[in-house]
Amino acid sequence: MRAGTPELPPSFLARGVAWLDERFPLTETWNYHLARYYAPKNFNFWYFMGALSLLVLVIQLGSGVWLTMSYVPSGEQAFASVEYIMRDVDMGYIIRYMHTTGASAFFLVVYLHMFRAMLYGSYRKPRELLWLIGMAIFLVLMAEGFFGYLLPWGNMSFWAAQVIVSLFSAIPFVGESLATWIRGDFVMSGITLTRFFALHVVLIPIVLIALVFLHLVALHHVGSNNPDGIEIKRNKDANGIPRDGIPFHPYYVVHDINASVIFLILFCLVLFYAPEMGGYFIEKPNFEEANPLKTPEHIAPVWYYTPYYAMLRAATFPLFGLDAKFWGMVVMAVAILIPAALPWLDRSPVKSIRYKGRWSKAMLGIFVVSFLVLGYLGTIAPSPMATLAAQIGTMAYLSYFLLMPWYTQVEKIKPVPDRVT
Amino acid sequence: MLMKMRVSSFVLIFGLMGLSAAFADSSQCPVEADVQWQSEPMHPDLSDLPSLQRGFRHYVNYCLGCHGLQYQRYERTADDLAIPHDLVEEHLIFSDQMIGQQITTAMPEASSTWFGVAPPDLTLVAKLRDPQWLYNYMNAFYIDPCRPFGVNNKVFPNVGMPHVLIGLQGNQRAVCTDVPMMAENGGEARDPLVPGRVLTEEQCGVLQVEEGTGTLNEEEYRQFTWDLVNFLHYVAEPSRMDRYRIGVYVILFLIFLAVFTWLLNREFWKDVR
Repeated sequence: MRAGTPELPPSFLARGVAWLDERFPLTETWNYHLARYYAPKNFNFWYFMGALSLLVLVIQLGSGVWLTMSYVPSGEQAFASVEYIMRDVDMGYIIRYMHTTGASAFFLVVYLHMFRAMLYGSYRKPRELLWLIGMAIFLVLMAEGFFGYLLPWGNMSFWAAQVIVSLFSAIPFVGESLATWIRGDFVMSGITLTRFFALHVVLIPIVLIALVFLHLVALHHVGSNNPDGIEIKRNKDANGIPRDGIPFHPYYVVHDINASVIFLILFCLVLFYAPEMGGYFIEKPNFEEANPLKTPEHIAPVWYYTPYYAMLRAATFPLFGLDAKFWGMVVMAVAILIPAALPWLDRSPVKSIRYKGRWSKAMLGIFVVSFLVLGYLGTIAPSPMATLAAQIGTMAYLSYFLLMPWYTQVEKIKPVPDRVT
Repeated sequence: MLMKMRVSSFVLIFGLMGLSAAFADSSQCPVEADVQWQSEPMHPDLSDLPSLQRGFRHYVNYCLGCHGLQYQRYERTADDLAIPHDLVEEHLIFSDQMIGQQITTAMPEASSTWFGVAPPDLTLVAKLRDPQWLYNYMNAFYIDPCRPFGVNNKVFPNVGMPHVLIGLQGNQRAVCTDVPMMAENGGEARDPLVPGRVLTEEQCGVLQVEEGTGTLNEEEYRQFTWDLVNFLHYVAEPSRMDRYRIGVYVILFLIFLAVFTWLLNREFWKDVR
C-alpha cells in the first residue's frame, strides 16, 4: 500500500491468500522458492538450461498425453496408429513432431546443463547430492527415451531396441534370462512393445517428475552456484540477504521467460521446417514397419545416444574369457556413470574453470571434442579406422575423469575474488 | 472393364516373364556393373497442383494394381489436391470403395508369391527412400533378358519388380554410342584441326530408349515419372504444406512475443545494474 492513500479493507484476493496461508504454506513456499530465493546475479547463458529442461519436460508431458489419446500400443496397430495421428487426427502431426523434436531438445538442453556444471564446478561441495540427483534424472531420461523410441514400431525402433536388449544377454550366467525378462518374450514382440509403453507413459515419468522435484528442493536448499564458483551466502548484508544475490522472482523469472521464448522460436523452426533433421531426429528406416526378418543396413541409435554407442562398439576384443560385447557394455556403463564421481574426482581448490589452470581447461576441451567425435562415430557404419578413432575417443573421454584427481592438484590456479564479477 | 485391364496386364507381365526366360542368352545380357547412370536431381514441388493431380491419376492407373497407399484416404487426397469429390469417385476410385476410405490395393494376397516378395505399400516410400532416388529408379530400367521380367534396374539392381511403365517409356537398352570427349578443363574436347568440331569417343553401357517403342517421348516420360514422384512425396506427409504455412505464423508470433519479453526483462534488470 502506497503512503498517503487511505487504509482500505483487505482485497478479496488478499483475504483469499490469507485464508489459504492458514491452511497451506502458499506464501511461504512462494517466498522460499521464488520471491526470496536469492540467486547469484552473475548468471550467464549456461544458466538458462535448467529452466529450459523444465519447459521441455512440460512440452513432453503435454504432447505425450495427447499422443496416448490416439496411439494404439500393439504390435499390429502401433505403426498404423502413428500414421493415423499424422494424417487423420486434427493437428496430430504437430503434436507428434512436438514430441519427437522435444525428445531431442530434452537431451540437448540436459547435455548443456550438465556441461555447465562441469564448467563451473557446480557438483562440488555442498552440491554433491544435487549433482547425484541430476545424474539419476539423466539415467531415467535415457531409459525414458529408449522405451519411447520403440513405440512407433518402425524398423529402426525394433532393431535398435533389439541391439540394446541383447546387450544384457552378454552378462555372464544370468544374461539370457535377464534379456528374456526385459523383453517378456524370447524375441522382441508385441509383448515387449506393450510393456515398454507402460514404462514410458506411467512408471518412468512418475520417477522423472519425482526426481526433478527433489533436484529443485536440493538446489534451493544449497543455493545456486555461479560462473565464478563463489558461495554468495558467505557474504550477507545486515538483513541476512546475500550481497551478490537477487530474488529469483522477478529477476530470473523474466530472464527465463525471455530465454524460453527464444528457445521456442528455435524449437518451432525445427518442428515446422525440419522435424526429421535429415534423419537424425527421425531415422529413415523408421518409415517402414518393424520387420524381424529385415535388418536395416546400418543400425544406429538416435543422435543423443551415439557417443555411448560408439564407446560400446569400441570394445572389440574378448578379455578374461568374456566376449567383447560384454566389455563393450561395461565400457558404456562406465562412460555413462562416471560423471557421478565428479564431486570426488575434482580436487582443485577452486570450482570454476575461470580460476582453474591450463590442465583443467585442456582436459575439458579434450572431453568436449571426444564427446562430439564419438557422437559422430556412433552414427556411421563401423570401419577399422572408425573403430580406432572410437577407441582413442573413449580413452580421451575417460582420461578427463580418471586423471582429474591428479591434474586438478598439480596445476597453477588463479586467485578467486571475494565478490562475483 | 477395369478388372479386365488388370487381368490383361498380369497376363502381359507373365507372358513377358515366360518370353524372357525362354529366350535368355547370357551373352546378350548387359553386365550390371558396366551400365552407366548419372543420378539426376529431383526437387519435389508441392505447390504444383496440376503435377500432383496428374501424379495421383498416374498412380491409380499404373501403380495401385499392386501397391496400396493404406494410410492415405481418397477424400483427404482429393481435398488437398483440389479435385472435386465426384471426379474422384468417377475416375479415380476403381473399386467399390467409398471416398472416405483408405487407398488400398485390389491385389490378391497370393500375389506375394508371383514376384518373390509382396509389393510394398508406398504411402511412406518417399520418406523411406527419397524423391530423387525414386525418380532415378523409375528412369533407370533397362532391357536385360537374363532377368525374370526381362528388365533390370541400375538404381536398384536385380529388383523384383517388372518395368510396369515400359509401354510408356519404350525399350531402354544399354548401348555403345559416341559421346563427346571431355577436355582437361572439363569442357567438351574440340578438334584442334577442324574448328568447332567436337571430338567423340565410344562409350558402352549408356542407357538409350529405342525410338518408337514407347507411347511417350523421352521428355514426356520424364514428366510422367516426375509427377508420380511428386505425388508420392505429397502422400508421404500430406500435412507438409500445412506445416510450412502454420509455422510462419507461429514463429512470427513468437518473435513478436520475444520483443516484449525482452523489454520486460530489460525493465526489471535496470534495478540490478
